[in-house]
Amino acid sequence: MRTESKDVYLDHAATTPVDPAVARASVDCMERGFGNPSSLHAFGRAARHAMQEGREKVAALIGAAFEEIVFTSGGTEADNLALHGAAEARRERGDHLIVSGIEHHAVLETAGELEGRGFRVTRLPVDGDGLVDPEEVRRAITSRTVLISVMLANNEVGTIQEVAAIGRIAREREVLFHSDAVQAAGSIPVDVGRLNVDLLSVSAHKLYGPKGIGALYVRKGVRLEPLLHGGGQERGRRAGTENLPGIVGFGVAAELAVAKREERAARAASLRDRLVAGVLAQIPDARLNGHSTKRLPGNAHFSFLGVEGEAILLNLDLEGIACSSGSACASGTTEPSHVLTAMGLPGEWAGGSVRLTLGEANDAGDVDRALEVLPRVVAKLRRLSPVYPN
Amino acid sequence: MYSDKVMDHFNNPRNVGEIAGADGVGQVGNPSCGDIMKIFIKVDDNRITDCKFKTFGCGAAIATSSMVTEMVRDKTVEEAMNISNRAVAEALDGLPPVKMHCSNLAADALHAAIEDYRHRSKAEA
Repeated sequence: MRTESKDVYLDHAATTPVDPAVARASVDCMERGFGNPSSLHAFGRAARHAMQEGREKVAALIGAAFEEIVFTSGGTEADNLALHGAAEARRERGDHLIVSGIEHHAVLETAGELEGRGFRVTRLPVDGDGLVDPEEVRRAITSRTVLISVMLANNEVGTIQEVAAIGRIAREREVLFHSDAVQAAGSIPVDVGRLNVDLLSVSAHKLYGPKGIGALYVRKGVRLEPLLHGGGQERGRRAGTENLPGIVGFGVAAELAVAKREERAARAASLRDRLVAGVLAQIPDARLNGHSTKRLPGNAHFSFLGVEGEAILLNLDLEGIACSSGSACASGTTEPSHVLTAMGLPGEWAGGSVRLTLGEANDAGDVDRALEVLPRVVAKLRRLSPVYPN
Repeated sequence: MYSDKVMDHFNNPRNVGEIAGADGVGQVGNPSCGDIMKIFIKVDDNRITDCKFKTFGCGAAIATSSMVTEMVRDKTVEEAMNISNRAVAEALDGLPPVKMHCSNLAADALHAAIEDYRHRSKAEA
C-alpha cells in the first residue's frame, strides 16, 4: 500500500537517474548521428567525431589522455577486460594475482575464473572499516605477481581505499595495478596520475549517464589481451561497433560530473550526515558500517540487530522508499554479504543491513521521510523477531 | 518478485507473538546465517487450538510463518504433521525459486513444535 507522499529514491549506488541533458544528447545521436564510426564517408566521419568528443570528456573525468580510454559495455566488462586482459598478456612473466576480499563480484568472479586457468589468487583481508592495508599488499607481492586489483571505493559500505599508496607499491615492484572506480567516479576526485594506476574501470550509469556503457582506462604502453575479437575497434582492444549513443551520453554525463562534482558531493554528504545522525539517535542497536570519514559522500550503510535486511527493504518499498539490502539473500544464498563478512561483522549484525545512497534528486525532506519510516519499520520487525529481546 | 499473498502476509502477519504456557515450541534456522523461525502451539484434545510465531528473516520467511499459523488452526496433530513446506508455499501462490530452499522452513518449525509437544506428553504420561 503506497502512501500519498512522493516516492523517495535512496539507491543511487545501484544506479542513478539519467540527467535530462544526457538523455537529449543520446537521443539526438540516435536520431541524427546514426553513422558507423568506422565508415569513411561523411556519416561515418560525423559519428567518429562525436565518439572522439565523448572519449575526450570521459578521459577528462579521470585525468587520462583520450587514447587511453577503451569503451566497454559497462563496469563489469571493464573489470573483466582489466583482469583477464592483463593477466593473459603477462602470462609468461608470472601467474599470481592479488585482489582485495571486498571487490565487486565483477572482479572476484573474474579472479576465480582465472584461478581455473592456472593463475593463483591472493585475496587480501580488510580491517573493521573495510580498509586494505597497503603494507599487506606489499607483503603479498611475489616475483610471480602480474596484477593487483583494489577498488577505489566499495559499492556496499562506501569505504575509500588508499589507492595511491597501493599504486606506489605496485609501481616500485613493477606489477600492474587496476582499480575499480565505478562507485567513486563522479563522487570523489579521480585522477589516474595521482592514483598511480595502470588500469581503472568506470561506468556511466552511476553518474547520471545511460546504462550499457562504461570504460577502462589503459595507461599508455600497457598491453592487454582483448576479450572480444573482430573488427579492431578501440585500437584492437575491444572489437565491435561502438555504442555511439551511449558514448555521447557518457561524455555529457562525464562533463557534468566534472562541473558539478564538488557541489553534488557536498550536498550528498550533508544529507547523508543528517540521515546517519538521525538513524543512530532514533534506533537503538543500530550501527553505521564502513569508515566514518573515508567514505563516499552519499553512502549510508546500517545494520540493525535482530532484523533481516530484505524485510526492511520490502517494508520501506511499501512506504515508497527505495534502498538496497546488504544481505545477499535476494541472490539466492542466506550468507551475509562477503564485504561485511570480510570486515568481521558478526552474523547477527551482518544479516540486518541496508544501504541508503543519496544523490542529486534528494533533499532534506527525503531524509526526514526516511527518518520517519525507518524507525517504525525496524520496531515492527523487531516485534516479530525471536532473536531481539522485546 | 513476490505474489500478492506473500506481500499480504508479510505486511500484515497473522498470529505474531508467543503463547504463554505453550504445549509445544519449535525453532528452526541458524542465527548466524539466514532465517530463524519459532512456532508456539496450544493443543487441546489432540487438536491445535492456537498457533503463534516469531520470525527473523526475509519477506518469504515472515510470510510462510504467518501462513502456516493459519493453515494449522483446528487441525489434528496428525493433520498438522502432514503440512509440508511445499504446501505452505503453494498456499501463498508460490515463492521465487531462490526462496524455496532458504526461507521455506515454516512447516519444519511447526513439526518441531509438534515433536516438542509429543515429547512433553510422553514425559508426563
